[in-house]
Amino acid sequence: MAKNITKKVKQKTISRRSFNRGVILTLATLSAAGAGFYPISSPQAKNYLRPPGAVPEAEFLASCIKCGQCVQTCPVEAIELAFLDDGFGVGTAYIDARNQACDFSCDALQCILACPTGALDHKIEKPEQVLMGLAELTHPDRCLAIKNQGFKGHIRGEDFGGLLRYMEVDRWNPQLMRDHPVDREICDVCQLLCPIKGAITMEQKNNEDGSSYWTPVVHSTCTGCGVCEMVCPVEEAAIEIIPWKKWQETESKDGKESDHVG
Amino acid sequence: MWGKKEIPKEVIEIHDLRYKDLKAGGKAKEHMANQANAGRTVWRNRRWASLIIVNLLFVVSFQFDLQLVEGSLTASRFIGFHMADPFAAMQVALAFGQVILNLVIGTLTVVFLYLIVGGRAFCSWVCPYHLVSELTEKIHLALVKKRIIKNHPFNIKTKYWLWGVFLAIALITGYTAFEMLSPMGILSRAMIYGPGIGLLWVLFLLLVEIFYSRRVWCRNICPIGVTYRFIGIFSLTKVVYDLSGCHHDGACRSACLVPHVLEFTKPGKATSLQDNFVGGDCTNCGMCVDICPTDSLKFDIRYVNKLF
Repeated sequence: MAKNITKKVKQKTISRRSFNRGVILTLATLSAAGAGFYPISSPQAKNYLRPPGAVPEAEFLASCIKCGQCVQTCPVEAIELAFLDDGFGVGTAYIDARNQACDFSCDALQCILACPTGALDHKIEKPEQVLMGLAELTHPDRCLAIKNQGFKGHIRGEDFGGLLRYMEVDRWNPQLMRDHPVDREICDVCQLLCPIKGAITMEQKNNEDGSSYWTPVVHSTCTGCGVCEMVCPVEEAAIEIIPWKKWQETESKDGKESDHVG
Repeated sequence: MWGKKEIPKEVIEIHDLRYKDLKAGGKAKEHMANQANAGRTVWRNRRWASLIIVNLLFVVSFQFDLQLVEGSLTASRFIGFHMADPFAAMQVALAFGQVILNLVIGTLTVVFLYLIVGGRAFCSWVCPYHLVSELTEKIHLALVKKRIIKNHPFNIKTKYWLWGVFLAIALITGYTAFEMLSPMGILSRAMIYGPGIGLLWVLFLLLVEIFYSRRVWCRNICPIGVTYRFIGIFSLTKVVYDLSGCHHDGACRSACLVPHVLEFTKPGKATSLQDNFVGGDCTNCGMCVDICPTDSLKFDIRYVNKLF
């Protein structure tokens, strides 16, 4: 009898210990997961440019299933997947526009069609409807046009692997940019290669001393595709995409210039 | 007692015989040394082939633009058919609050597929982490054998808690938090899209499994496995146990990732002569089928087998 009782007590201790260890394992796993919250919420969090049709960032993080079907379908391979240092953002799709922008050369927005979860909104059907962000001349001091300079040669150098659709060359196959050098008297490469008609224009402005200069001006039709950022021929781009930015934000009070200049 | 299926007389007779045998230190003990099938790897070879081919298909399909399988193991399209990892899909549905038809179709396709081939068959026949974990397990076992380390098994129910908590996190916070930890997703994406620092996390998990707790991820944590486990309760393809030839060596249980599904191979536990089917946790890996010295464990297709 006594033996039986000790056996029972022993069993109880074992099951309690096993329960406690289960709790510890659960907590350890959860705290590992909790670490993923930091990278996306910290002030240094990367403000990614998401693919065309992406739903707002919080919803995008919730809905992206991290499969990469958008990556696979993109003809210019503009889309990449984030790594573990992005915490909960691991495996989510983004575009590094300076490296390879979305040039809409698929026309039908293949990435949106490929997305199985609606992280890329199926309601967006045409490139013109896309709003990934907004181009902004963040560094006017770097802009060749403003400096009254032209550009001749290979945009981004002879080794640059960026792809772009040149409608007049081949409608269906994006070309290597390095195979299509340009020669512009005053640099207007961003305006020249912008895939959305009229999203960027070159406008003449006056200096205080009466002399004039040309500057690229972004208009409301800009989709934030990033081609201008990719093709800006100076070392570090003068024009950049501000992800998620909407046109209204630029038109601040009294038509004053936006203070988003970086 | 009431409501329970009655144990057939012949089964009780066999149990009695075995019990006497064991007490006399007879036949069963003798057979402990019976290692007729010890090195057999028939099912393991098939399984490894499947693991490698499936994962390679994803890689090759993208590299050479074959458009055969697009995506990765969390969601994909196989020759146009949507597929989605049920647990990833559940997290997305809860976090996003919207359900897209393609995701439902993909999930149902996968559920249907694994209802046929066996729920956690995904784990041992498809999941890339299972393969690396299976290989590093050999190091663990060697170290345990040399008494350099000790195995620290965890409560097998832990995975259910985590399964619930990760779904709750998705619902409440809107983050698919588990996807960050999932070595299945990390490895699948690393193979297809190129390696990242996520591999360090996978390496860490492997080290824990080698030096601390045998196969702890697959056994006690992974909620993907739990989801497939629920499918496995109803699935057709299962390992079935035939009591009549068994010597209760226990070789099957020592080879098994989830030995509790083989409880009925212990002396006196089986409730049926030939219809002992394993539970949902079984991954259909076939290690027990390979190792069983008396061929008492076999793959069978439930219900369908009765038709012929």
